[in-house]
Parts: sequence; structure tokens; C-alpha cells
Amino acid sequence: MQFEKSRNRRSVLAGLGVAAIGLSFTTAGCSEKSGDGGGDANKLNFYNWDTYIGETTLADFAKASGVQVNMSLFATNDEMFAKLKAGNPGFDVVVPSNEFVERMAKADMLLPLDHSKIPNMKNIAPEFLNPDYDPGRKYSMPYTWLVIGIGYRKSKVAATPDSWKWVYDSDLYKGRIAMMSEAADLIRLGARYLGKSLVGLQQADIDQVRDMLIRQKPNVKTFHEDNGQDLLLSGDVDIVMEYNGDIAQVMQEDPDLDFVIPKEGGLINSDTLVIPKGAPRVENAHKFINFLLDAEVGKHISETILYPTPNAAAKALMPASYRDNPVVFPSGPGMDASEYGRFEGPETQAAFEEAITKMRAA
Amino acid sequence: MSDEGWRQERGTLAATLGPPLFWLVVFFLVPLAVVWAYSFGQNAGLTDIRISGTFANYARALEPLYLGILAKSIGMAGLTTLICLIVGFPVALAITFADDRAKTWLLLLVMLPFWTNLLIRTYALIAVLRTEGYVNWTLEFLWNRLGSIWSLEPFVPLDLLHNNAAVLFGLVYVHLPFMILPLYAALDRLDRSLIEASLDLGAGHFRTMMQIVVPIALPGILSGILITFIPALGAYLTPDLLGGPDSQMIANVIERQFKRANDWPFGAALSFLLLYLTFILIALQAMLQRRQAQ
Repeated sequence: MQFEKSRNRRSVLAGLGVAAIGLSFTTAGCSEKSGDGGGDANKLNFYNWDTYIGETTLADFAKASGVQVNMSLFATNDEMFAKLKAGNPGFDVVVPSNEFVERMAKADMLLPLDHSKIPNMKNIAPEFLNPDYDPGRKYSMPYTWLVIGIGYRKSKVAATPDSWKWVYDSDLYKGRIAMMSEAADLIRLGARYLGKSLVGLQQADIDQVRDMLIRQKPNVKTFHEDNGQDLLLSGDVDIVMEYNGDIAQVMQEDPDLDFVIPKEGGLINSDTLVIPKGAPRVENAHKFINFLLDAEVGKHISETILYPTPNAAAKALMPASYRDNPVVFPSGPGMDASEYGRFEGPETQAAFEEAITKMRAA
Repeated sequence: MSDEGWRQERGTLAATLGPPLFWLVVFFLVPLAVVWAYSFGQNAGLTDIRISGTFANYARALEPLYLGILAKSIGMAGLTTLICLIVGFPVALAITFADDRAKTWLLLLVMLPFWTNLLIRTYALIAVLRTEGYVNWTLEFLWNRLGSIWSLEPFVPLDLLHNNAAVLFGLVYVHLPFMILPLYAALDRLDRSLIEASLDLGAGHFRTMMQIVVPIALPGILSGILITFIPALGAYLTPDLLGGPDSQMIANVIERQFKRANDWPFGAALSFLLLYLTFILIALQAMLQRRQAQ
């Protein structure tokens, strides 16, 4: 419903030639020229995160289909969004996280997928087939998923820190806590600790979390830029808010580390495969997405990147050390209480940012 | 001069001035103008910015919250500049008085850090300062050696990283060459006989320094202060990586507007506030220099 509404509003604006006075810096003409095949039919431009593909996957695809994949890398969703926002510079397949799928769909930046060209969709575990952020998988196929919880050093904590309390609202681990600097995650998980849903927060809720964070700030060592696993591994902090996949990686180096999803629930993210508007080779893009969802290919990717896979067929082929890893595939009350984050519009995002700016300056 | 010659000279002028001028306009002034236009705009939908001529972004940038952050950043940058000046002046002076061979090497040493990316240098500082970093590691080693002689409390690592002192240290480390090089350039032109005369006439070393060297080197000192202060004011990597929960500077806020917050108009207004401030400082420097010249 929401998609339709905002798309209509945009198309009305577009119809009026962006009604308002002055300038507009979009390249609308650019994003219309999506076609099949195109000039160089055996090429594909893939925009992906670093170290986020199997070692031989791209070569295997070239062998199987004759299509050469040219991969470019981005480091954050914001970077990817900023690059595509002014018009697609020629990418055929992109890997945004779930909230950006929603954001890009709302901004009319994605092409609907043709499910008949992706038969390997059958490999995806059923719980990933109809997420709130993309009902019916209209625009995106799940590639990996991950969840924010607490990584900790077993020898330095009194007991398993299975509540957000130990990060958000306690001086027990004073000076040994690292939290994420990302405003939306910080506010929403704080709200979760206070018994609210991650979705649909009001300004009063945001202010309440902000005040709690201002109280907690003297106990916090730092707000990290998604390098919490390094801070934990190096002994700078003993308890850190971080993604399960990141903690799983450093746990291989240090057996004293562990990960738990607090009982209030964590925040689930999913990275997905989408075709942006203006993609020059839509046919190849579908072929490539279908290839990545293949069981053997998925297995090879999981072996390299060690992130949880939503691909049931690929997971079944993986060794037990991955399948039964409680950090890669967490279960229990915390996991059951976890939710997907949603993109709730620029106003909410701005409110999150301002609250965190205020908190950091307080 | 004949008309021919003048025309030729004009051609030479255009040929030498043309490319840099083209570069400056296309890759600097035009993008800057676009961002300036953004600062009077507002978000229209998720991807478009409408330039509506509003001053709302500037009004928001002048709220106490953001002014406070700006004041804190000015304080940090000012302190950085002061420390750089105090540390950099003797270094520049020493390089000036070194013999020619040593001079080349010393200047090379000052410039060497520029050959390494800022991000890598910052991560190197993290490795030095962290709880189990090189400094704490060395201190612990020495402490334990002493502990085998006298009985001492167990070693408690120093908190060197993730606080404002770490940010200050990082900023000084990064910006020291910006101070030393203009100071050196000014001091190197100094007429040595003036110093000799001052010393011959009975002034002490300190007095000679303050009454002869400093006034003559003042233009160099001023430009050193300026080109240290301005980039320090806009630093965002250092507070992000070395800082703690209280180390937010204005550039961190600006960065977030362009990335996570996706509020380019407000980010543009904050950037231009910083730019206006820089213009004022440059004007101030020019004024001071003119007064000194008179």
C-alpha cells in the first residue's frame, strides 16, 4: 500500500515536470532507458559489498553462461544509495540491505523481478519469502541475513549478558562497553529494551531513548563504526553491540569470545539481490540472480563469507560446524523476539539522527 | 612593445593560465556552487532536492545545539594549532640552522607522512594507543621489571584511546607538517646578520627570538596557523576513529547529513557556515598582514 502511495506522489511530481520553482538535479531520462540484452550482451555490472562473494563464483558464472561479470564494491548502503540516486550509472545487479530495498522501492529506483526467470527461488527458506519490507519478493531476492546482538568476552563478564540492559542502562561494565554509532540502530534497539517495537516509534519514544543514552554515555567507551569485533578482539572493550557474522569471524581467533541475542530481541538485517532501474542488461541480471540462488553456488559463497544464508538448499549442503553454529544461526527467546528494521521515511530518519547528534553533544 | 609581441604574450598567458583556470572552474567552483544552491533547498521525496530559496537550513544550523558543536570544534582546532605552533616552531628553526645536507633529509622526514594515506596513519595510531597497544605494552613490560625488584600493584593499562586527548593527539600528529613547512619557509629567508647583531648588542637568546625572529617571521606564522587551523576544524576521520562518546566534531555531523541522514540541504548549510568562517579568517589574516606591512 505504502509503495503505491509514494510512487503515485512521485509520478504526479514527475508529470508536472517537478512542479516547484527552481532546479532539480535528477537525471530522469537516464533511468528510463532499461532494455534487454543491449549492445554487449555477454557482460554484467555487479555492485556488491567487499569480500561478499565466493572465491570462484564469478568465474563459474562466466563458464556456465558466457557472461563476464564486472564487480564494483561499496562499503555502506549510503554510498550505494548516493551513487544510484542521481541515476543508475550502469549497474545490473546491486546488493542493498532490506531497509534500503524499501527506500529504493519507494523512490522508484528498482525494477520488479520476473520470478519465472528465477526458478531457484524454490531454494529459499519459506520464512524469507514474504518479508514485510518487500511483500511477495517483488523487487528483491535474499542473499544473506544477519542480526545485531551482544558480543562479549566470557572471562570478563559476571554472567551471560542476555539483556540490552548491560549495554544501555547499567554501570556494571563501565568503560568497557562499545555501542554502534549508527543512529537508527542505536535508537531502535534502545526502544526495544524499553519494551517497544522497532517499528513505528514516535518522537516521545525517541526522546526517551535519547535521555537514557545521555545517562549511559559516561559508561560507554566508544561509539564504533561497525568495527566492534576488532575492539572486542583487541581487549579494548569487553561487551559490544555488533552483528552475529562479525563476532563469528573473531570467535575463530579467540575462544574467549561469545555472542548472545538479548532476550528483548535484536534487529534483523538482510542483504538482497535487486535490479536497479536503468539496468542495461536485465536478462543477464535475472540469469545471475538465479545462478547465485543455486544450491551448490550458494554453498560455495557461504563457505567463503561465513554469513547466515537464507538459502535452505545451500545450507543443507554445508558442514555441521556451520549449520549448527549457534552464533551464525542463533535460536532461542532472543531470536524469536527479533524483528526486521523498516525504512519509515526521511522524517523519522532525520529524527533519529538529530537525537543522536544531541546525545553525542550533551 | 609591438602589437605582435603583446598578442604573443597574451597567447602564452592564456596557455599557462587556461588549464588550471578550467580545472578550477569545472571541478571546484561549479560543484561548490551546486552545493551552495543545495543549502537553500529542501528534500522533495527521497532522491530530489528542490532549491526553494529557503533559509530554514541556516536557521537550523544556528540552533544552540549545532553552534555548541561548532564552538567545541573551534576549541579543538584552536588547541591543535597552538600545540602545533609550540612544537613546530623550534623544529622549523632547527631545520633552518641545519647544514644543507641535513636540511634536505629533515625536510623529507617532515613530508614523509604525506606519502601514507591518512586512514592508514590513523589506524596505526590506534595500534599504538589502544589498551593492549604498543605504549601500554611497553609500560607494562617496564612496570613488571620494576615489580621484580620492589613489590608493586598489578599494572593497570592507561586509557589512551577513545577520549578527547586521543583526538587532540591525532590532530596534532596529522597537522604538524602543515605548521612546520610555512614556518620553515619564513624562517629560512631570515637575514641571519640581524640575529647576530641582536646577540652582539647584548640581548639574550629568548629576547632575540621574541623581538627579532618572531616579528620578522610573523607572516609565515600567520599562514601556518591558518593552514593548520582550517583542516583541523574540518577533521572527521580522527574524531570518529580515535574519539570517545564525547568527541563529536562539526564535520562528523556534516558527514552524517550527507550519508545516513540523507539531508543534503542541511549538510550543505553546515558546510557553508564553516566556509564562511574560513573566509572571515583569511580576510583577518590579510588585514593583519597589511597592517604589519605599513
